[in-house]
Amino acid sequence: MGVLLVADVNGAALGRDATARALSALAGLGDVDVLVAGDGVAAAAAEAAALQGVSKVLVADDPAYARQLAEPVADLLAVLATGYSHVAAPATASAQNILPRLAGMLDVMVLTNVIQVVDADTFARPIYAGNAVETVKSTDAVKIFTLRTAKFTAAGAGGGAEVVPVPVAAKASASSAWVEDRIAVSERPELTAAKIVVSGGRALGSKENFALIEGLADKLGAAVGASRAAVDSGFAPNDWQVGQTGKNVAPDLYVAVGISGAIQHLAGMKDSKIIVAINKDEEAPIFKVADYGLVADLFEAVPEMTGAL
Amino acid sequence: MKIIVPVKRVIDYNVKARVKPDGSGVDLQNVKMSINPFDEIAVEEAVRLKEKGQATEVIVVSVGPAAAQETLRAALAIGADRAILVDPGREGDIEPLAVAKVLAAVVRAEAPGLVIAGKQAIDNDLGATAQMLAGLLGWPQATFASEVVIEGERVRVTREVDGGLQILSVALPAVISADLRLNEPRYASLPSIMKAKKKPLETRTAADLGVDAAPRLRTLRVAEPAARKAGIRVGSVAELVTKLKDEAGVI
Ligand SMILES: Cc1cc2nc3c(=O)[nH]c(=O)nc-3n(C[C@H](O)[C@H](O)[C@H](O)COP(=O)(O)OP(=O)(O)OC[C@H]3O[C@@H](n4cnc5c(N)ncnc54)[C@H](O)[C@@H]3O)c2cc1C
Ligand SMILES: Nc1ncnc2c1ncn2[C@@H]1O[C@H](COP(=O)(O)O)[C@@H](O)[C@H]1O
Repeated sequence: MGVLLVADVNGAALGRDATARALSALAGLGDVDVLVAGDGVAAAAAEAAALQGVSKVLVADDPAYARQLAEPVADLLAVLATGYSHVAAPATASAQNILPRLAGMLDVMVLTNVIQVVDADTFARPIYAGNAVETVKSTDAVKIFTLRTAKFTAAGAGGGAEVVPVPVAAKASASSAWVEDRIAVSERPELTAAKIVVSGGRALGSKENFALIEGLADKLGAAVGASRAAVDSGFAPNDWQVGQTGKNVAPDLYVAVGISGAIQHLAGMKDSKIIVAINKDEEAPIFKVADYGLVADLFEAVPEMTGAL
Repeated sequence: MKIIVPVKRVIDYNVKARVKPDGSGVDLQNVKMSINPFDEIAVEEAVRLKEKGQATEVIVVSVGPAAAQETLRAALAIGADRAILVDPGREGDIEPLAVAKVLAAVVRAEAPGLVIAGKQAIDNDLGATAQMLAGLLGWPQATFASEVVIEGERVRVTREVDGGLQILSVALPAVISADLRLNEPRYASLPSIMKAKKKPLETRTAADLGVDAAPRLRTLRVAEPAARKAGIRVGSVAELVTKLKDEAGVI
């Protein structure tokens, strides 16, 4: 029956990294068709077709899909899903919005944030803010799930799958209208794909001071993250939040500055390869997961570190 | 307009979950339980809409054991008007699909203009119920909300998405899910806690509502995540930079 992978699409661009990592996570489940839904996505579809391990690319190119609204995309998937044993997507905010709706429409359960596909109907995923990992077997006819992609290596290029239009007419949602996106464009690497992440917490004290974190990150070519407290206080934008309900990251190096290490924060970063903690409280729980801990005042340590690099 | 808010009884967010030695699940014996934090935010939002005169009644619904009455009373103390406890007719965690079906049945009976759920339950971390409910009902949805503004027959919702924020305008009736920054829930005062004890709490069963709560997933095992090996303390920034270069090789 095969797998339908819903590609990550931002605007008209393919979210190549997330899509390519999801592809490797699905290896072993059979043929993978990739759905590219959006408006003006011919180039994105061609890019997806070139990924290694893709059987076929289905392209749904219509203004109705321009903003990835849950209603039209789930309607489309509900028709397509009948031909597949699995419908999967990288665990982006967009997929977490759409796939559970699809599951409700099809009367099946959904599994979010899967970290391992054990076999065709068995999946592992973290629960309780990552303090436990459950392995579950699904009895549903079609398995619908999102994949946490940070730990998977991206599938390479060199494939040459055929690209076919979906045989389904788009219908725009009558009840849901897009108003505005407030998306910041950044030169920095994407948080969930970056090799290095530097995150700041409440201790930064202000948006102006948060520039210290950004300065260190730029020196390292890193993405910038934040704790919930830093985001709630307005020091950093919401999409920088790392944790149970923010982004999940697993970079080679994660530097936590002025972050206490609450379980909800650890949930988003404790799979990082090397963790550095800079905190002035030697009892801070973040030190329990840190490979290298520095007890210091960040207002001295961070400028010194930025200077030393 | 009525608003329905589903609330779940979960492990308190301050408690670190412990895996049972037999790997069958997480130990919830003698563990502090609370209202799911996102649901507290959802209740607060519904109550604020009522206080602004944009809603007439706030109904809180929980699917779970008798002990979930406490959770419902906590929601009533924030300012919800009445509560419905639905006995799923089986032990253990109830899957979002079954919860969504129960909620759909309650929605059909109560005809609310809005459902505000939490973004995710902090025990299963699934984040699925609101969207499933919207799919079952064929209603529009606006998830991960950080701002909700009623505008006549529509609701304008600011959503927290991957690159920043997205603003949608959806027609009522609709399903919303509350993110962390939607509001800061009030502390329930003693008088409101007392008042909450007298508010109506009705008990139903999933079977009454025509819902089969049987799970679709079977838990094979629950394990501790891989532990990290103990790290070291460094004495200075210079030492840290050297270690990162020479020992860890990450910069
Ligand atoms: C439902 C729910 C979901 C949540 N989800 C998330 C999530 O996704 N992500 C997340 O991060 N949090 C989340 N939280 C919040 C979490 O519980 C913590 O409140 C939050 O992570 C704390 O942020 P912090 O470490 O920046 O602040 P604090 O806990 O206040 O820690 C600040 C730290 O800075 C140190 N410090 C102070 N001054 C200095 C200085 N000059 N130099 C060096 N160190 C200094 C202090 O010693 C302290 O350790 C969630 C909470 C709930 C209830
Ligand atoms: N058993 C339940 N009873 C009432 N509401 C629930 C229940 N389970 C989930 N919910 C609601 O659905 C939201 C998302 O939960 P979940 O999909 O399990 O992550 C929660 O924040 C609640 O608002």
